Amino acid sequence: MAAVPAQQMQTEAHITVQDLTMAYGDFVIQRDLNFVVRRGDIFIIMGGSGCGKSTLLRHLIGLKAPAKGEVFYDDVNFWRAEPDEQERMKRKFGVLFQSGALWSSLTLAENVALPLGEYMDLSPTRIREVVSLKLALVGLAGFEEFYPSEISGGMQKRAGLARAMALDPDILFFDEPSAGLDPISSRRLDDLILELRDSLGATVVVVTHELASIFAIGNNSVFLDPESKTMIATGDPKDLVESENPTVRTFLTRGES
Amino acid sequence: MKEALNPAEVAEAAVESVTTENNTPGQRYQLSFERPTDNALLVRLAGRWRLEEKLPPVTEVQAQLESGAAVTRVQLDTTRLAAWDTGLLTFLAGLYTLCQKRGIAFDNAGLPDGVRKLIDLAFAVPPQKDTGRRGELPPVLARIGDATLKLLRGAPEMIGFIGKVTLSLGRLVRGRAQYRRSDLMLIIQDVGPQALPIVSLISFLVGLIVAYMGAVQLAQFGAQIYIADLVGIGVVREMGALMTGIIIAGRTGAAFAAQLGTMQVNEEIDAFKALGISPMDFLVLPRMLALIIMMPLLVLYADIVGVLAGMFVANTTFDISVFEYYQQTARALDLRHFAVGISKGTVYGILIAIAGCLRGMQCGRSAQAVGQATTSAVVTSIVFIVIAASLMTIMFQKLGI
Repeated sequence: MAAVPAQQMQTEAHITVQDLTMAYGDFVIQRDLNFVVRRGDIFIIMGGSGCGKSTLLRHLIGLKAPAKGEVFYDDVNFWRAEPDEQERMKRKFGVLFQSGALWSSLTLAENVALPLGEYMDLSPTRIREVVSLKLALVGLAGFEEFYPSEISGGMQKRAGLARAMALDPDILFFDEPSAGLDPISSRRLDDLILELRDSLGATVVVVTHELASIFAIGNNSVFLDPESKTMIATGDPKDLVESENPTVRTFLTRGES
Repeated sequence: MKEALNPAEVAEAAVESVTTENNTPGQRYQLSFERPTDNALLVRLAGRWRLEEKLPPVTEVQAQLESGAAVTRVQLDTTRLAAWDTGLLTFLAGLYTLCQKRGIAFDNAGLPDGVRKLIDLAFAVPPQKDTGRRGELPPVLARIGDATLKLLRGAPEMIGFIGKVTLSLGRLVRGRAQYRRSDLMLIIQDVGPQALPIVSLISFLVGLIVAYMGAVQLAQFGAQIYIADLVGIGVVREMGALMTGIIIAGRTGAAFAAQLGTMQVNEEIDAFKALGISPMDFLVLPRMLALIIMMPLLVLYADIVGVLAGMFVANTTFDISVFEYYQQTARALDLRHFAVGISKGTVYGILIAIAGCLRGMQCGRSAQAVGQATTSAVVTSIVFIVIAASLMTIMFQKLGI
């Protein structure tokens, strides 16, 4: 982490998705997905509502097994790996769920401390220091003893991010980070994501359909189409605006061009 | 170095280079200090600074700050830093806080870019002060007082809730309550028919126990035939209703509290209120009605199963024929006994609905609160049931029913 210069990181494949088909029973959500997320990318999964963005994320973080196809992290095939290996890989993921998904019966400090206590051999003092630092990083210093229900939605999101970062993940996954946030808060969260990527050198995967965020932070993306049930574009969103494909172009320009 | 330094001090600064090393395999970090000038401290960080390395506490730097001439500036050197993660960040954050507290300048120029940005980020927003948390536990007397006041506050809330339920029933009678017939039917199905297996099992076994225990005693006098009276009156007047009440409290009362509690957590109840739909009418009323309708039927069913269990014991163990037992039961029981049992059961049903719905509606907004609401619903219903059972038994005795 952070030891590799940013330029070098951009070329190395971090997540490789091969011929992925996602389905609930017989109902196919998306088929034949092929894309590569490079180390250090901020990778956007985009597409209209109901196209399977969040489902794709669930496949990437190991919550749902693919109907067909593979997901590689570096060179390891996640879904073919032994359960122990999978657990080890999952520890390198940090996930921010759509509504924060903070454990409601724990304080913010306990929420962040739980993964640390489970997976690292640290003294209580050290855990407290780490927790305070993580909360400070997301601008929540001093809120250690609050319960999730006592803070605002934006703060819950940021606390969720602090928890996602608890174990110094290699990859951060965000499910609709700006959903339910005002434009300013959502902008601040975007800045925070950029800042964290730059300083931690982590790879970031974001599910979103917020155009402002897509252009502000994304440098790579995949576009899922609900009509054809497959991906119709991949690449830097700023280049996709000029895409040949009318669906992608309409989406990225809100149909205004 | 400044020219004004006297030679002795220069010599001291040059020698004063303390190194803390941790060289056990896999745990290699280096922390060393230097005094480039008299009032500056250079902290040199090298090797692997990761959480799992058992990193040194900031107090090591503090010790350095306190020894020798007063330090006004802390500089950092990380040129030989091999790897870092949160471990380094917590150390630096501690150092930064220490410097701020002592009014020492913290020079972050020697840090890698990423680390510098993260430290800036961590201290960009000043910590929230006066959050009113972390207070010590109040003294024992204060806590007893608080608990008592809380208990006392519970009573008006419950009475208020009963009042609201009554108003809602009034609206129902006038045909102005907003609820869905289909919800009522689903709840009735869930409360009644779905509970039959567990009610059958428990009433049969309780009937069996009563019959057997009684019969052993009665057999000493050759009066086994009175098992029918004992079981009939015992089960129909008391046990049937009580057992059903306790089963339904654990089964349905808990379910009501959990359903309403979860709706409270998801703001579904607020959504009803915002739409101008009374959650009392829409959620509590059908549950109340379902229990008022189903409890008498369940109690009647439990009574019959209990009597059959007595008949089974009498027939298999004490050689009393089915017909004899039936005749004896018919002589001992009349409708009055059934009315007593069933009316008790109905009261229990109302109490369970009140306890379950009240606890559900009072539920807080967390997963833990739902658990507490459910537990509290069952405990409250059982306490109510037992109190009501005693009161009604005494009342019916006094009235001679």
